[in-house]
Amino acid sequence: MMDAVAPTSEAKPDLTAIAADAAGEQAVGRPTVYVYEAPVRICHWVNAVSILVLMVTGYLIGTPLPTVAGEASDNFVMGYIRFAHFAAGQVLAVFFLARILWAFVGNHHSRQIFYIPVHRAQFWKEVLHEIRWYAFLEREPKMYVGHNPLAQTAMFTGFTLFVAFMIVTGFALYSEGTGIDSWQHKLFGWVFAIWPNSQDVHTWHHLGMWALVMFVLVHIYAAIREDIMSRQSIISSMVSGERQFRD
Amino acid sequence: MGAATETFYSVIRRQGITRRSFHKFCSLTATSLGLGPLAASRIANALETKPRVPVIWMHGLECTCCSESFIRSAHPLVKDAVLSMISLDYDDTIMAAAGHQAEAILEETRAKYKGQYVLAVEGNPPLNEGGMFCIDGGKPFVEKLKVMAEDAMAIIAWGACASWGCVQAAKPNPTQATPIDKVITNKPIIKVPGCPPIAEVMTGVVTFITTFGKLPELDRQGRPKMFYSQRIHDKCYRRPHFDAGQFVEEWDDEAARKGYCLYKMGCKGPTTYNACSTVRWNGGVSFPIQSGHGCIGCSEDGFWDKGSFYDRLTNIKQFGIEKNADQIGMAAAGAVGAAVAAHAAVTAVKRLASKREDAKQDH
Repeated sequence: MMDAVAPTSEAKPDLTAIAADAAGEQAVGRPTVYVYEAPVRICHWVNAVSILVLMVTGYLIGTPLPTVAGEASDNFVMGYIRFAHFAAGQVLAVFFLARILWAFVGNHHSRQIFYIPVHRAQFWKEVLHEIRWYAFLEREPKMYVGHNPLAQTAMFTGFTLFVAFMIVTGFALYSEGTGIDSWQHKLFGWVFAIWPNSQDVHTWHHLGMWALVMFVLVHIYAAIREDIMSRQSIISSMVSGERQFRD
Repeated sequence: MGAATETFYSVIRRQGITRRSFHKFCSLTATSLGLGPLAASRIANALETKPRVPVIWMHGLECTCCSESFIRSAHPLVKDAVLSMISLDYDDTIMAAAGHQAEAILEETRAKYKGQYVLAVEGNPPLNEGGMFCIDGGKPFVEKLKVMAEDAMAIIAWGACASWGCVQAAKPNPTQATPIDKVITNKPIIKVPGCPPIAEVMTGVVTFITTFGKLPELDRQGRPKMFYSQRIHDKCYRRPHFDAGQFVEEWDDEAARKGYCLYKMGCKGPTTYNACSTVRWNGGVSFPIQSGHGCIGCSEDGFWDKGSFYDRLTNIKQFGIEKNADQIGMAAAGAVGAAVAAHAAVTAVKRLASKREDAKQDH
C-alpha cells in the first residue's frame, strides 16, 4: 500500500485533457487524485485552530499577563483564558476522537497518521530516500498520493502520539478542578499514579506543548517546501482534498 | 497506658470532662469529617460503648513536627480526647515509660491485640546500609516497623515523611529513606501527608478509625478523601484574584499589600492537595497564603525536589541543567526554527543553482 506514484498508479497523467483555447494557448491538464476526504480536512483545520488557541492560552496560564487593575469582581482575565483553553482542549479531544473513528471508515490515506508500517523494509528504504532528499543528497523527489514515508513517521509521532499525550495529561489536570467524582478523574486520574505530584504533570504538559510547537514549525515548513519542490500540491490539497501533480 | 479495655467515654468522664463537652466534640468531629447530622450520635455511641483502640505510635526518621501539630489540635478537648480515645499504648516521644519497660509494651500490645491495634508511624525507615541510619532500641527502625506492622489492623502514615519520604528522601537521598507504603505492602495504609499535617485532620482521621473501626474512604493515592480531595487553590480565599488576573509580582508591591494571588510568586496551591485553605492552622487563625506567603506544597510527593519554592514552574535537572519546561521548550523550538530557516535557505540556493544549470542546458 505504498503511495509512491509509480507510472502505473492511479495518478496516471491524463494528457487527453490538453486542448487549445480560442487564443491558441495550450491549456495544461494536470493529473489530480482525491486524497483527503471532507472529514479529514475538517478535522485538520479544527485541530489546527484548537492547537493554536491551546498553545497561546496554555502559555498564558503558565505565565500570566501583567496584573489588571480594579476590583477582582470586575475582571475575569485568567477565567476567560482558562475557559478558552479548556474549551479548545475539549474541541480538540472530540475532533481527535472523530478523526480516529474516521480512520475506520475513511479511505486508505485517512489511516496513515495512526501507524507506522515498521515491519516493511521497503517503507524504511523510502524513509531513507526522503531523509536523503531533505539532506539535499537526492536530486529528484518521489511523489506520493498521501504522506511520504518520512511524513507518515513524523505525523504519527509528532502529531498523533503527542496530541494523545496532551489530551490525556490535559484531562488529568482538568480533573483536578472538576474533582475526584468527575468522569474526567475516573477516566484520566491514573495519570497521577505515574506522577503523584501534579506539579510533574504540569511540567510534562508544558514540555508536550513545546514538542508540538516544534512539530508545527516543521509541519508547516515541510508542507510549503514540498508544495514548491516536489511539484505537487500540498497546502491546497488540505482545502480541496485533491492532490495535483505538476509534471 | 497499659490495659485498654475501658471505653473512651469512661476515661474522659473520669478526667472531669462533662457530657456536654463530649457531645460538642462529637458533633464538631462529625462536621469536620464531612459526615451527616446523624453521625455525631453514632460517634458518641461508638465512643461510649466500644473499647478504646490500642495505638502504637512509632517514630522513624522524622522531626516530630507531626506530634507537635497533633497535640496542638484546636478544640481544647481534642488533644485530651484523642489521647484518651485511642489507648495510646506506646509513643516513645511522649510516653512516661522508657528503655526496656517501654519496649516491653510493644511486645505486650502485639500479643494481646493481634490484628486489632493501629500502627501510627511518624517518619520513615532508611533502608541503606541495612537500615543503620535510624537505630531504635538497639535495632534498625525498619525491623521494628516490619515486626509491628505484621499484626496491625491498619497503618497510619503520618506526615510527608511516612507518606512520600519528605526532606530525608530528597535527592540524592543518601540514607535511602523510604515511605511506609514501599516497605509494608500487605496492610491497609492511610496517608496523612503534610509537613506537618493539620492537627484537626490528624484527630479527625483517628476519630474516624476508632469510631467506625475501619479506614475512611481513600483516594487513589491512599489519602483520606475528606481532607485531601481538593487543592489549596480550589478553596483559597484569594482565588477571585487569580480568576481576575490579579497577581503579586514582587514581595513588596502594591498587589502584595492588597492580598492578590501569589501564583506568580511560586505558590503551589494549584498542585497541592490539603485542607489548609478550609481548616487552616492554629485553631483556624491563619494559613500560609493568608499570611502572605505562597503554599510550598508540603503535602505533595517530593516537594523538596521541585526547585525553588518561589518559581511557578518546576526545574528539570536532567541533561545536567537547571531550567524549567518553558525555558527548555523555548530553546528547543528556537533551535528547530533556526534549522528550518537554514534548511529553507539552502533549498533556495540549491534551487537557484539548479535552475541556472537547467537554463544553461536549454541553450
